[in-house]
Amino acid sequence: MPRVSNHEARSTAAANFGSTDVSMDLIADHISHRFGALEVLHDVSFTVGAGEVVAVVGPSGCGKSTLLSILGGLLQPSAGHAGLRGAAPAGSLNPLTFVFQDFALLPWCTVEGNVEFPLLHTGLSLGERRALADDALRRTGLLDFRATYPKQLSGGMRQRVGIARALAVRPAILLMDEPLSALDSQTRELLMEDFIRLLAGGAMGAVYVTHNLEEAVRLADRIVVLSRRPGRVREVVAIPLTRDERGDINARGKLLSLQGELWSLIREEAIDAEREVQDA
Amino acid sequence: MPNARFKMLDRAKMAETQRAGSAAETRPVRFRGAGFVQATSRYAGWIALLLVIGLWQLAGSTGLVNPLFLPAPLAIGRAIYQLAISGALWHHVSYSLMRIGAGWILGTVAGIAVGFAIGLFAVARSVGITFISALFPIPKIALLPLLILWLGIGEEPKIATIALGVFFSTAISVYSGVDAVPRNLIRMAQSFNVPFSTIVRRVIWPGALPAILAGFRITASVALLLVVSAEMIGAEFGIGAFVLQAGNLMQTDQLLAGVVILSLFGLAVGKLINLLETRLLRWR
Repeated sequence: MPRVSNHEARSTAAANFGSTDVSMDLIADHISHRFGALEVLHDVSFTVGAGEVVAVVGPSGCGKSTLLSILGGLLQPSAGHAGLRGAAPAGSLNPLTFVFQDFALLPWCTVEGNVEFPLLHTGLSLGERRALADDALRRTGLLDFRATYPKQLSGGMRQRVGIARALAVRPAILLMDEPLSALDSQTRELLMEDFIRLLAGGAMGAVYVTHNLEEAVRLADRIVVLSRRPGRVREVVAIPLTRDERGDINARGKLLSLQGELWSLIREEAIDAEREVQDA
Repeated sequence: MPNARFKMLDRAKMAETQRAGSAAETRPVRFRGAGFVQATSRYAGWIALLLVIGLWQLAGSTGLVNPLFLPAPLAIGRAIYQLAISGALWHHVSYSLMRIGAGWILGTVAGIAVGFAIGLFAVARSVGITFISALFPIPKIALLPLLILWLGIGEEPKIATIALGVFFSTAISVYSGVDAVPRNLIRMAQSFNVPFSTIVRRVIWPGALPAILAGFRITASVALLLVVSAEMIGAEFGIGAFVLQAGNLMQTDQLLAGVVILSLFGLAVGKLINLLETRLLRWR
């Protein structure tokens, strides 16, 4: 399993996507965090290159979601910082945009209202907002559901609304916090295909936090493996296949063996972490 | 010839058929899931109400119950009709409505402002909850004499009593509602750099609205209770004063007419809040 430096991995990722107009890197710079006496992250550093998809995996409670909150500016780290390098692409209204595990949809707004919500304060005219929302709804196949309320939708469709909302602000980097974990396996598979398609062009990068190693190897260009709490960067693993190759049925075996290697990396710690949770 | 891919499924189907054929005798599984369903019958409540009124009327008409202690429903209806045509009904009701309206609006506006402040700001929470915890349990009608001393014997102390009663319940329901707004929605809005005022207007207000409307239901009852109490203590006109006078004169049909009007008033307010909930909480 190839283990690489940040710089090498960014080069590999760039080669994977071909050229891209995105030039913004997201940097985790020696991030540590504690909740009271509990240290959850310790000196975590890595860089997400322009258009690159980086998965963050690790045992339960290792601070994956906390790390994502820090990277997205929703939580102040106890030490270190999250930084951006380079300019966001032209027209990006929110370069760092979250896709939430629980969808975080406003139940009192229709699908269209939810997608337009992050555009309301941007100073865009109604026509411009509608155009952006329509584009996001079209890309996620939700045009026919624009007047529907979230409670009328299935879990998968709700997450599509969450994705449409994220796309409406033209992000440079998507911060995805276990976006498929609340869904059944068939819906997960369908949305995974959507993610692969959305991220295929390299116009957007992503940090993909997951406990599902299959999702990580299928979607990511690199995988940051965190240790159990306090989470440290244990390995950074590059996926030695291009995105096109990963979609090929013949590559399934290679991805499975990668998944197995990743699992062997974190298995012992996952067992310890689970015992820790049970003891707590 | 069946598709080779489905041979396994076909074998499973054959095995299933064989098992079914070999069973000696099948008996139905006993249904055990009855009851514990929160269902209501559409007409049962009305039928029960009419039945009770009918029995009550029968007891009055047959002389089973002394009309001085419990007048029959028809007598109460006649009393309401007399009150209505004499203009006294509207006179009393308008006084009560004015007091309730003014007190409820004052208490609600102040309660919403304080409730939001408590829900949104740490200092306001610390100070506000301390004062509310200390003052909420006081029966507000007990403050009426003090309010009369402060504000005189006019309408002001009655309105202030109602406003105080409404204020505390409203403030509590509002900050509970703000607290109940899912934090993930606020974090979502923050992640899109939505300004504070927009988060309050577009996330917290609609999220807290179910609790606020539930609070309105309670404060409407509180206002009704306090207006009657205040009018019984010191008023010439108003439903409370009318009920007290009727009681003093042993005019029990008039007394119960006042009670029926209070009940109808409570029902009307309940319906109004239902209407508001239907319109504002359609998304639920």
